[in-house]
Amino acid sequence: MKVFFSAKSILAVLYFLSGMLILTGIWAFVSMVTKHEIPTPLATWAVFKEVMHHPFQNDADTKGIGTKLLSSLGRVGIGFGLGSLFAIPLGLIMGSSKIAMKIINPIVQILKPVSPLAWFPLGLAIFQDSPKASIFMIFICSLWPTLINAAFGASHIPQDHKNVSKAFGFSTWKYLTKILLPFSLPHIITGLRLSIGVAWMVIVAGEMLSGGIGLGYFVWEEGFNGGNIAKILVAIIIIGIVGSLLDKCFTWLQQRFSYAA
Amino acid sequence: MIDTSILPTTAENVKTVTDELLKQAVSPETSVEVNNVSVSFKTAKGLYTAVKDITLSVKKGEIISLIGHSGCGKSTLMGTISGMVKPTAGEVIVNGKKVSSPGPDRGIVFQNYSLLPWLTVYKNIFVAVDSALKDKTAVEKKELAEHNLKMVNLWEHKDKLPGQLSGGMKQRVAIARAFSINPKVLLLDEPFGALDALTKSTMHVELLKLWNLDHREKTIIMVTHDIEEAIFLSDKVVVMNNGPAATIKEIVDVPLNRPRNKKDIVHDPVYMKIHDKLLNLLIDKFSIDDIKTDE
Repeated sequence: MKVFFSAKSILAVLYFLSGMLILTGIWAFVSMVTKHEIPTPLATWAVFKEVMHHPFQNDADTKGIGTKLLSSLGRVGIGFGLGSLFAIPLGLIMGSSKIAMKIINPIVQILKPVSPLAWFPLGLAIFQDSPKASIFMIFICSLWPTLINAAFGASHIPQDHKNVSKAFGFSTWKYLTKILLPFSLPHIITGLRLSIGVAWMVIVAGEMLSGGIGLGYFVWEEGFNGGNIAKILVAIIIIGIVGSLLDKCFTWLQQRFSYAA
Repeated sequence: MIDTSILPTTAENVKTVTDELLKQAVSPETSVEVNNVSVSFKTAKGLYTAVKDITLSVKKGEIISLIGHSGCGKSTLMGTISGMVKPTAGEVIVNGKKVSSPGPDRGIVFQNYSLLPWLTVYKNIFVAVDSALKDKTAVEKKELAEHNLKMVNLWEHKDKLPGQLSGGMKQRVAIARAFSINPKVLLLDEPFGALDALTKSTMHVELLKLWNLDHREKTIIMVTHDIEEAIFLSDKVVVMNNGPAATIKEIVDVPLNRPRNKKDIVHDPVYMKIHDKLLNLLIDKFSIDDIKTDE
């Protein structure tokens, strides 16, 4: 029988709760100092319940917070998915061939430091459509970490593994599927984890620019322009939780595909 | 010529000895021929010659050891036979064919096991069989993998990952993998170097058992720096000079009867003589700093 409530897990929960308590304490303090310009945790909780009332409402004029969240997640999913589809093979090629590395690496080095937001107007000019421009922006910004990590993985395959492939006459396909991919996989997942983190951060900023349905626009329009600071706080909490859940998924994948040498 | 040193000593090895004599008389086939091989590498400091002008001939079914100082080019020489290293000059002929790349006629057991850590024990072997023996059917390949895993007594561990095995078990998987493609020549590069003395001893006997079960048809070339190991396993011990530009210093015959007994062999005067000779050949090459590399 697995013990769910071991001393260790209870302690972990307690530590987590005390962390949250400290955060709420600081929040309450800031709220007090700003004379409730920043709403108290309790006031925010009330707004939170109100916002969560019909989360998946999807009428023409009123959209629930859940609908907005899914809309943001959808854009991140498409942009991140396309970016990864592009970045993984390219990274593996880069890592496997010194020539490809020398050709592609300078491009990556120049484009990587560019703020993802700078790509947004370019996307808008190309697609003439702001949701598509957001996806384009996510696509670009989720390329780099995956590309770099996949390349790192592929370029660090131990000579031992390559020797096995030579000694037993592996075909290219067998080398790819039995050595290159399994060895690079943990690195690729690390890249994906970094990428999804960046993508999730960028989507909020992107949606502030693009408008439409999404968490970013919710923060800007209903929160700031609507003068409802509590809504901004609610959105921050939701964005934070979803972001950490996404990260958890990839941490789990990382553990799943790691191996002892 | 018939080697008289293998005359029967006990009743039970009469048959093996007659086989041995027959083999020597009927097929003194050369399995591996190294002809004037030199290997040089380009390094930052210029051209480095690892081995120079090496000539060596190994008969079918023979077990020979390459022994020498660390970095004397034993592994490089081995590499030219496996096809991993291209000779700068000279050529290597295995089973009548010039070596230009690694091939399934030569099974390699690497120094550090070189198992693929993400594949189970069984899959590690199956992948090798699947790649090396393209003309076999899927069923035959499965049988080969199974048979060889059972030979090294690891069948019940077939679903484990290499990370879950001890060093000795990993090396047995690596040996089973090399045997499973049924190569004519088996190349072992310091195969037992990382194992503790007790495991090592067991592995020596297991290796000879596999070789025996295969009717002593496989030629085995092994790199080692363990004198006892070299004598116990080999028919000939090739002692190499110090690198760079290493050459063969001497080839010492080991005319000890097979099957050999680990416990008894050490009291054999012939064994002791060979042991002394090898020690003398190697000792003047070893500085104090290098002594630790001997074991």
